[in-house]
Amino acid sequence: MGGDAREPRAPEMDAELRLDGNAAAGALEELFAFEVTAAVATCEGCGRETAVGALDAYDLEMGVVLRCPGCDGVMIRAARGRGAWSVEMRGVRVLQVKTPR
Amino acid sequence: MPAIDPPGGADGIRAASVAPDGGGAAPAAPASSPAPRPPARLAWREAEIVRVIDETPSARSLVLRVPAWPGHLPGQHVDVRLTADDGYQAQRSYSIASPPERPELVLTVERIDDGEVSPWLAGEARAGDRFELRGPIGGYFTWTAAAGGPLQLVAGGSGIVPLMSMLRHRALAAGGREVPARLLASWRGVGAMVYRGEIAALAGGASDGAGDGRGLSVVHTLTREAPPAGWAGERGRVDAEMLRRRVFAASEAPRVYVCGPTPFVEAVASALVALGHARERVWTERFGPTGGGG
Amino acid sequence: MISRGFRRKRADTGGTAVPPGQYVTTDFPVLSAGPTPRTRIADWSFALEDADGKEMFRWGWFELLALPATEVTVDIHCVTKWSKLGTRWKGVTFDDLVLAAGRPPPAPFVMAFCDGGYTTNLAVADLEAGKAMVAYEYDGHALAPEHGGPARLLVPHLYFWKSAKWVRGLRFMQADAPGFWEGLGYHGRGDPWKEERYAGD
Repeated sequence: MGGDAREPRAPEMDAELRLDGNAAAGALEELFAFEVTAAVATCEGCGRETAVGALDAYDLEMGVVLRCPGCDGVMIRAARGRGAWSVEMRGVRVLQVKTPR
Repeated sequence: MPAIDPPGGADGIRAASVAPDGGGAAPAAPASSPAPRPPARLAWREAEIVRVIDETPSARSLVLRVPAWPGHLPGQHVDVRLTADDGYQAQRSYSIASPPERPELVLTVERIDDGEVSPWLAGEARAGDRFELRGPIGGYFTWTAAAGGPLQLVAGGSGIVPLMSMLRHRALAAGGREVPARLLASWRGVGAMVYRGEIAALAGGASDGAGDGRGLSVVHTLTREAPPAGWAGERGRVDAEMLRRRVFAASEAPRVYVCGPTPFVEAVASALVALGHARERVWTERFGPTGGGG
Repeated sequence: MISRGFRRKRADTGGTAVPPGQYVTTDFPVLSAGPTPRTRIADWSFALEDADGKEMFRWGWFELLALPATEVTVDIHCVTKWSKLGTRWKGVTFDDLVLAAGRPPPAPFVMAFCDGGYTTNLAVADLEAGKAMVAYEYDGHALAPEHGGPARLLVPHLYFWKSAKWVRGLRFMQADAPGFWEGLGYHGRGDPWKEERYAGD
């Protein structure tokens, strides 16, 4: 016991548990009418452009939380309640979705 | 990947999605491949196990019959849902191992001892058993021969599965073998090597550990166990040096697909970017701590 | 459809009643809305803020540890359907924090706020009279970072998303307002015995 257990631990330990937007693709496909993991999202916080499939995914048991791999800012949050999906994307400045030729 | 579907029921599922983009490729599939259509809705379907293939002591392939399967792109995955007789449900995602050219859908599952779903899929399940499946899912981590190359695949353990769908597709699709391709695969030991013989055959009958033929160059590395006598591959973890030696140079602008446990994928992707590869030409799929499919 | 021979990983332990729709587990699943925060103990504090946003009281780490400690053994219930029985915690109750701050709760609701930006809303009625604590020990050991350490909120009579990890304070509110998950359709209160999982339940 003591201070050691409470001090911040190495970022590498978080990496083990972290999934990416690919893991949220099934849930997101229920929500969006287009395939969103291939879309490129610009982070409102730091401006980084990342494919949604490559965002850091969290709390996939509760819903969808996708964060910017650069600044950890929340980009997309979503959950499915009774009869409705709720999605919040304030952290996405621009979403670019390719169209079929 | 949600372990348990939230209650509430499928509500208000909308109509057809835009066709998944083949990682930037022209959406039209090569002539010899069945044209993958997006499903009208992402609905749960019944899958029946037709055949079980023991790949390694801990990994099995399941050959499935899925009625009205709409086809898929190499790299995509499915969600699998199991229901126990007391109503308990567990759900996990598994990459599709088969190419779209083959009529039967194949999943390769590594048994995670402490897992919810993999002990059943890679242990208990046998031909005739059924479970729920939905897909194909994913429009980001996909490659078709029409997208072109050079194609660089980097696999960590079970991360080989979606990359194998790409390699099998490359061997069957029109013009596929004209796409120069390389595979760098990392394994704990030879006993963990899935598709060992088939990969060797795809590379023109490779010697143990490495091979080069039919436009495909393959090298394996073992990270924990000593390699067998006559090993022609690498030893140790994939690091920046091994990537520099084995991967297409950044100047050749390959399309790179990296898949496996999260720390592996993040380290490899960072190293590739540091070697000069454009971030947008490195596609990643992170399987989590155990390499996926728990 | 039922898959032949599929069973859940762990069987029930004992005949303890669990809320409807829950399954007992002996694991302690790690669910997080973001990466584990990296606040050093020297920089850590816990604050109570009034409804105008003014700080009522702030405790540093060792000041929190100096407050009266309470140990509890409780069952916890996650809205994702797992329940864990007989979990042991140690921390400072909401009542003892309010007592130490020397002021009664200035408003009937709080928003708990945390490192990493997570929030959850609670009624003071669901915090007082021993119902909630700021917990810093789990199972006799310092609370591990992946489980919310150095300190998390513990409100075991509600679904576990209300037991906010990495809690840094409570901001009193005159009117109830939704936190991180409540704003996305989860229930405002989250009583597992009434199966209040989603808004409208």
